[in-house]
Amino acid sequence: MTGESAATDPLAPPSGLAAPVTVPEALASAEPVESVCTPIRLAYTYTPGRALSGYLRAMGDKRILGERCGTTGQVFVPPRGVSPLAGTATSDVVELPDTGYVDSFNITRVPIERRPDLKPPYCSAWIVLDGASVGFMGLVINIAPEEVRIGMRVQAVWKPDEELETSAANILGWEPTGEPDEVITDYERIGRVEAAPA
Amino acid sequence: MSSEVLQAPLVLEYPFTRSTGPVIGAFLTGLREGVICGIRRADGTILCPPAEYDPLTAERLTEMVEVGQSGEVVSWAWNGEPRPMQPFDRPFAWALIRLDGADTSMLHAVFADGAEEMSTGMRVRVVWRSEREGHIADIAGFEPIPAEDPS
Repeated sequence: MTGESAATDPLAPPSGLAAPVTVPEALASAEPVESVCTPIRLAYTYTPGRALSGYLRAMGDKRILGERCGTTGQVFVPPRGVSPLAGTATSDVVELPDTGYVDSFNITRVPIERRPDLKPPYCSAWIVLDGASVGFMGLVINIAPEEVRIGMRVQAVWKPDEELETSAANILGWEPTGEPDEVITDYERIGRVEAAPA
Repeated sequence: MSSEVLQAPLVLEYPFTRSTGPVIGAFLTGLREGVICGIRRADGTILCPPAEYDPLTAERLTEMVEVGQSGEVVSWAWNGEPRPMQPFDRPFAWALIRLDGADTSMLHAVFADGAEEMSTGMRVRVVWRSEREGHIADIAGFEPIPAEDPS
């Protein structure tokens, strides 16, 4: 590699770190290895627990369940059985509509190995359902990614009834409803919830 | 509501590619060529596998040297239930192996028929994979050298 290409090649190691190494004669003319694939893999059986089991079962009926914090009144989705802010058990299950708005989003332009279903560019977003206090992850679909914006109103696109499973994958994505955007005035709050009162 | 406990298989997997740097790169180049390299410290001792910096003095190390393809088991543990992606699909030993000419030991697999064949101080030799690409798995593992075999 020439000095010039090393300066412009983003894959070249920083020159300060590349100390010259002397190698045995047998390797003097061998093409050097510069990278190595070291896959990390963890396979296990996931058990969702009470709150998420109810959420997943409701998904099979195209319903979205959250849980309310009895202390602050906040509604969390997906439900975990506990209020992450108050630290107390949630008080009741709340059925939420499958409509909401884009709270923040990201456009991915690099493909992911073994996810041929995700064709770049695609838009993943933090969706806040109507009545929920927090957002959750979803794909924004049926719109060009560059047209997605914060505050855009969306609705779930469900799998056909005959393909529904006990799975959050029943929501294929979120498509624009065409309603006027949510007016978001406090950008500091995006992606956050307020702390529980003392 | 159903009381059946929900469960599903979940696999977290990252096909992570890292750059090797000059020392590990040279070590892996050696493996691809069927040569095992260590690196020389200022006091003449050899680290194998090699490190970029001296673990005691933090000096940068640069002199790669070839070490032997046989060595001695320094420590071992029997793996009776191999998992997917481990070096061997039947029970084997994980072992720290100090190769001849090296002063430190390398973790790898020893293909023994049972834990009773394993002992600290036993001699083993490398078993190369026939197709090598510059990866620690180019060494399939190590096999015990029978006591009467001088190699």
